[in-house]
Amino acid sequence: MPGILSTLIGPRVPEAELRAHRLRYSTPTAIFMLARVLLLISIFLPYWHMELEAPQYPKGLFLTAYVNHLADDVKEIDGLNHYIGMRPLGEAGALERATAVYMILAMFLLVEGAAFVHSKWAVLLALPAVAFPGVFLADMYYWMRTFGLNLDKEAPLSSAVKPFVPTILGEGGIGQFKTYATLGWGYWLAVACSALIVIGFYFHRRAYRPLLLRSRLAAPEATS
Amino acid sequence: MRIQHRVPLRNRILWASLASITTLLVLAPEASAQTESRRRRSGQAEAKPIEITTEQAGQIAKIANDRKLNLDDLLAAAKTFMPSGRHDDFVLFSSGGQSGQVFAIGVPSMRILRSIAVFTPESWQGYGFSGEEDPVNKQLEINGKPVLWGDTHHPGLSETKGEYDGQFLFIGDKANARLAVIDLRDWATKQIVKNPLTISDHGAAFVTPDTDYVIEGGQYATVLGYGYATPEEYKKSYRGMVTLWKFDRAKGRIDVANSFALELPPYWQDLADAGKLASDGWFFINSFNVEMASGGVERGNPPFEAGASKRDTDYLHIINWKKAEQAFKAGKAKPINGFPVISIETSVAEGLLHFAPEPKSPHGVDVTPNGQYMVVAGKLDPHVTVYSIEKVKKAINDKKYSGKDDYGVPILDFDSVKEVQVELGLGPLHTQFDDKGYAYTSLFLDSAVARWTLGGEYAKLHTEEPWKLVTKTPVQYNIGHLSAAEGDTVSPKGRYLVSMSKWSVDRFLTTGPLLPQNFQLVDIGEPGTKMPVTYDLPLGVGEPHYAQMIKADKLKSWSVFPQIGWNAETQSLDPNSPKKGAEGVTREGNKVIVNMTAIRSHFTPEHVEVNEGDTVVWRITSLETTVDATHGFCIGGYNINLSIEPGRYLECTFKADRAGTYPFYCTEFCSALHLEMMGYFHVKPKADAGNATPAKTTTQSAPK
Repeated sequence: MPGILSTLIGPRVPEAELRAHRLRYSTPTAIFMLARVLLLISIFLPYWHMELEAPQYPKGLFLTAYVNHLADDVKEIDGLNHYIGMRPLGEAGALERATAVYMILAMFLLVEGAAFVHSKWAVLLALPAVAFPGVFLADMYYWMRTFGLNLDKEAPLSSAVKPFVPTILGEGGIGQFKTYATLGWGYWLAVACSALIVIGFYFHRRAYRPLLLRSRLAAPEATS
Repeated sequence: MRIQHRVPLRNRILWASLASITTLLVLAPEASAQTESRRRRSGQAEAKPIEITTEQAGQIAKIANDRKLNLDDLLAAAKTFMPSGRHDDFVLFSSGGQSGQVFAIGVPSMRILRSIAVFTPESWQGYGFSGEEDPVNKQLEINGKPVLWGDTHHPGLSETKGEYDGQFLFIGDKANARLAVIDLRDWATKQIVKNPLTISDHGAAFVTPDTDYVIEGGQYATVLGYGYATPEEYKKSYRGMVTLWKFDRAKGRIDVANSFALELPPYWQDLADAGKLASDGWFFINSFNVEMASGGVERGNPPFEAGASKRDTDYLHIINWKKAEQAFKAGKAKPINGFPVISIETSVAEGLLHFAPEPKSPHGVDVTPNGQYMVVAGKLDPHVTVYSIEKVKKAINDKKYSGKDDYGVPILDFDSVKEVQVELGLGPLHTQFDDKGYAYTSLFLDSAVARWTLGGEYAKLHTEEPWKLVTKTPVQYNIGHLSAAEGDTVSPKGRYLVSMSKWSVDRFLTTGPLLPQNFQLVDIGEPGTKMPVTYDLPLGVGEPHYAQMIKADKLKSWSVFPQIGWNAETQSLDPNSPKKGAEGVTREGNKVIVNMTAIRSHFTPEHVEVNEGDTVVWRITSLETTVDATHGFCIGGYNINLSIEPGRYLECTFKADRAGTYPFYCTEFCSALHLEMMGYFHVKPKADAGNATPAKTTTQSAPK
């Protein structure tokens, strides 16, 4: 068992080596740390915005998505959506929103683990955080598409507005509304986290790969 | 063994490209999205300074010549025109006269913003149309008799330290001696109090500098407490009065229990004004008919108009309300019709009331912004008479009396209290002030607004000689009150003045024999003799009297109610308000409770069935939170119409005493499917009601 464990977590850095090259070993840890903090902060910032523009709303309507809730004019947009038979936005991705904070905390811990693991398995631990921005968008697209394509056929305007796929980035339109969707600061922090992890792995590999190679070379000697 | 830390070049390139691709991937959509984003745009385009080219000047000249406009007209248009979406700088709250309402008008555009129903049921606002138990109609009853109109005269904005604070508006009903409180968060009447002493009044509403009290002066003397007496008993039994209504700002209501009145001689008390700064703690009321003429033209007596104008002077009433409040709190008031009244004898003994002679039959008394002078307009005298509060205080102190009236009230020596008399012209009525040391007085007979200079500490604000007429601007016609921007406060704003001209004669297209009033905007922005009229607003909805003009940004109005289920009467969330998903119809014996919600574009439920003779309590909550998404609710034939603004909860109670099938519908065009926002109210005839009436409480569940 210790053999498998040490294979998984990779070689430890000898004390002398650590002292001699503190920067080399602290760099990946620091970058991962920064990435984790950014991801944590992103919980409090909007991930996605949509502005809806129509003549009778001179100030526009706004929809803002955080990882765990929807904000701004959700009620009014839901009210309008009922005319075309779209289900209330709160029903979209409800499970995702309910669990998002826990998932981010889990990712936070996993990335922390990745800094501790000095083998290539570290990548596996960090993978969810790296993939998170992509998964977020894909999930949102899935829900918007599902909601847009499954309009209630009994709705007041069902004959006027056919099922459609809402535009989740950039300019779109429905009825008299023009929509402008953009990503928010929270999303960019998640992306930055993702990018930092990738960069961190460069330094991670640079620091620990040689140790691993050496331990592999040393291993037969030790056991024989 | 040495550890090899050098990464092979191949690997380094791989990592570097991986990192940069990731970065690019994330930044590219951001850059493109930024150009598309239009978030948080401001509501309107910024106005840039313009320059008029020769060609454009030609265009303007052509339009002007085609429309027969001169340069002054063009300038007036430029001063008052409001592009769509631009908001006015001031709001004029005007009494609505016999309409019983209040009107709000934007200044300088002079656009009517809206009416506020006060003493008259008004169907658009759903004011007085919520069934037989309507609280408005209950409040409008006088001695059990519905009195469904009022003669609104003098609006009074609530003040803090002598400045309008934009929170409340009070208005008096001359015909029925009532006072109303309007909450300026939702621009709606919250309370109406009826004066228990007198049937009609005139001098309401004037507030003290911190709105401790709202002053309601009387007018036509009667027997206090709605009593009876013959004309021969006039001097003995008829009395005037002034009531001080205590205002509870936290509750937003008149505190009747802590209000009191002063009995006054049966002179006809007229307009009032509260002192401020130098004269804080005092208020002033004009009077006429100190002759105590009791009329009777049919008996060969001189008519009131002559009898009440015989003497050369009437009395300015000078009342120390802080002392009066002490006397009231010390229990020196005696109840009349259950309302505490300080008798004339007590007022004299306590030194609460003094008179000063004033030129005959005056109309307005107006205190200057610094509180040092009281300006009395003579009506039948070409002067305004200016009194000094310092001199008044000194004369009272020194007992400089010229005599006492028949009721023992001391009359201060005129020359000891007078500061100056300024000759302005014929028929001076009311005075307002600006920020440049000028006073403005309406001249009814001259049909003009007079600008004149104040003296004392105001003399340094202008270059003209103090206490002197500067100029007169003709107005069309017969000006009554006038209202300058915050022109009766401690800090007038100048710039605008509205002349409330009583006759419009030839100013507008003929509208039959009943003509609109003419509200004329006067530009008082420049000192000196230039003071042009820049706009005429025909107001064909009643004959307004006074108005007050407040800076628009002082008003903190709600655009929607703060919470869904809001009761505007209590200004709080109502526990009875129907919730979304919990709609339905409940029966308790022969009482049916309808719990309904309204949202674009449907009511829930859409069918309500009751039996003929049932009492129906119909509760509606608007689930809307969007500005202007107001719904109406009417039941034809049942005299019911409600205005359900976003978030509002309303209740109406009525007897379903007419069988039939009644469509109910939304009366405010709310959405594209507004016409579909309806339902049916089924009142089952009595004949077959027996079979259908459930014995016990039942609930119809709301349609999903």
